[in-house]
Amino acid sequence: MAIETRPPHESDLETIDINVNVGPQHPATHGVFRMVLTIDGELVVDVDPVIGYMHRGNEKLPENCDYRQVIGYHDRTDYLAQFNTEHCYVEAVERLAGIKPPERAEYIRVVLAEMNRIASHLMFFGAFGTDIGLFGTSFMYAFRDRETIQDFFEEITGERMMYNYFRPGGVAWDLPDNFRQRCSQVLDSVERGVEQLDGLMMENEVVLARCRGLSPVTVEDGINWGLSGPMLRATGLKHDIRRAEPYSIYDRFQFDIPTGKQGDVYDRLVVRLEEMHQSAWIVRQALETMPEGPIMAEGLKRVLRVPAGEVYMRVESPRGEYGVYLVSQGSDKPWRHKVRGASFSNLSALRAMSVGNFVSDVIIILGSIDIVLCEVDR
Amino acid sequence: MFLALVSGNPWLESLARLAIIAVLVPVTVIILTWVERKVIGRLQMRLGPMRVGPYGTLQGVADTIKLLTKEDVRPQTADRWVFELAPFVIVVPVFMAVVAIPFTADLFIQNLTLGVFYFVAVSGLSIVGFVMAGWGSDNKYALLGGVRAAAQLISYEIPLVMAIVAVAMLSQSLNLAVIVGAQEDTPNIAFQSLAFLIFAIAGLAELYRQPFDIPVAESEVVGGPFVEYSGIRWSMFQLGEFVNLVLISILGSLIFLGGWQWPWSVFDESVPVVAQIAMMAVKTAAFILFFMWMRASLPRLRIDQMMSFCWQLLLPFALLQIIINGLVLVYDWPNEILIPLSGAGAAGAVYLTYRAARATGVRYQPGYQTVGSVL
Repeated sequence: MAIETRPPHESDLETIDINVNVGPQHPATHGVFRMVLTIDGELVVDVDPVIGYMHRGNEKLPENCDYRQVIGYHDRTDYLAQFNTEHCYVEAVERLAGIKPPERAEYIRVVLAEMNRIASHLMFFGAFGTDIGLFGTSFMYAFRDRETIQDFFEEITGERMMYNYFRPGGVAWDLPDNFRQRCSQVLDSVERGVEQLDGLMMENEVVLARCRGLSPVTVEDGINWGLSGPMLRATGLKHDIRRAEPYSIYDRFQFDIPTGKQGDVYDRLVVRLEEMHQSAWIVRQALETMPEGPIMAEGLKRVLRVPAGEVYMRVESPRGEYGVYLVSQGSDKPWRHKVRGASFSNLSALRAMSVGNFVSDVIIILGSIDIVLCEVDR
Repeated sequence: MFLALVSGNPWLESLARLAIIAVLVPVTVIILTWVERKVIGRLQMRLGPMRVGPYGTLQGVADTIKLLTKEDVRPQTADRWVFELAPFVIVVPVFMAVVAIPFTADLFIQNLTLGVFYFVAVSGLSIVGFVMAGWGSDNKYALLGGVRAAAQLISYEIPLVMAIVAVAMLSQSLNLAVIVGAQEDTPNIAFQSLAFLIFAIAGLAELYRQPFDIPVAESEVVGGPFVEYSGIRWSMFQLGEFVNLVLISILGSLIFLGGWQWPWSVFDESVPVVAQIAMMAVKTAAFILFFMWMRASLPRLRIDQMMSFCWQLLLPFALLQIIINGLVLVYDWPNEILIPLSGAGAAGAVYLTYRAARATGVRYQPGYQTVGSVL
């Protein structure tokens, strides 16, 4: 550890910078993330992110698994956006194997993935409120609605977190009978809750004073750092993979891509808040047009053998671009399985965004990136 | 009442008075911890404690027993005496301040002529304890928290005292009983709304409550000066914090809300003691609930915002209130003129805060940047 002495500025006192370890066990690091802050008083001179505490070999392990067994690993990669990650993986396998899932399955996937986006952003708002110092209020409000969504998912998949519901070629089983009614019920109550969160957080003077103008990111910087998702859209770039490279059936739905103006922390909040409304809109459209019919593609073998080849599939997960790169050599297992985690790329901008800010700002900048450590370390 | 039994012997009497503090204050704190958890729980759509006793009423007792029986851990590298004495340095001044507080017209430990002065002087001492705890723990979080606490307490003491001085000017006394007596017709909050606003905000800061919980920020410095404390020493910090909460609330209700006086002369001549105590309890509870409400609904400010809010907004407005009061006193204007003047000041302060929060601030840019890993 290097301790640097600085030339005295404004006073004759000689000061030294100290290193403070924030994490891996710290309430504000959202998991087992560690950053070494070099601080000069309250001012952060340097940030050194240390990752890897959560590494479980999530890319290597699936290479020893059957294509259908891999789905569970994607639940555990981004444990807040399980349907989005599953969607990415099963679509990658389908593209490689040339399977065409039936219409109904596509609709089910889109509905669940968008609901999951809402749940993930709710989680973000809850955790961000705690980061910025709200004494658990936003957390409780956000979790009330997230619970509603999770209960709803449990009714469908039987699981609260690790759904394991999508399959290459369709979904595991059909929806319950009252799905449409239940889904709009859940959406209504969640949207009411989002309005309340909006009132609690967005016009709060302290939130405004803290988040406005904090760590602004230009579009060029955002692209160069490899940001994606709400982080990139907050800079003002209208880039959403659901629009830029429509996968599944996203080209059938109307929705806006909310963008920010200057890419500061406040813009990231605004973008995520608006995305929840847009997701709800997509779900409502999908509910109206959802067809009846089979939920699984015809003629799939018990053991799925994928022809040799490679594919890179990317989806818009709540955190940004989530990608799966698969290489098959014709066996029943992927030969190479690589995951691009949106959190990992977004997190790489942490140092550039944080240096020169206050200690408390670094905490909320980290919070605004909305990292999921399982996705960073994989 | 039972003080009459021991009156005559000054030693016995003072011992009895001190015993009242020593018993009553911790009991109040135990009740208050339960109230706070319950109130904040309801504000957050939770039930709060429900298991220990009916509606969790015994939760405070259970917590106290748990804290008393916990191991008292001291880090090996901590500065032993500084570390171990810090909780006492925080708690003792707080208890000393209780001495000067009158609860009703006749019920007090000791009515001091310079009661307000004594209160402010003594309660300011606890800063030392926070710095000691921060320094002695040999922990960087604690150090950061201790330095933050020192900066915050020293800054906010000034507008707090100025708000109190404004009231003292109006009642022309530093005796709390006299200040209350002067509010027989109208409580000071009407004449001194600006001072009241400043008092409430600075009080929040003095108590480390949101949005001013910067020294103990859970998500930044993980409890600040208290991070290395456990068991009984940690609970002493907690005790000090809650007694301080009660004290600031009582002080606020005494000097701004008219203390034990009933409004609209409900009682013709003399107010019975029970009614006085009830009135005090209601007014104090209003303050306490205000502080709890703020805790559940406001995020935390940044340290530079907290400082500039104090020095650039609260302090000038506190001085403004004092100048207004001075003009009224010097030129013998009627007191009623204070109502619009002070109200306009309060509205101005609120407006400036509102505007400052919405303006995109210019951020402080350091002149240097280190590049490279620190590992």
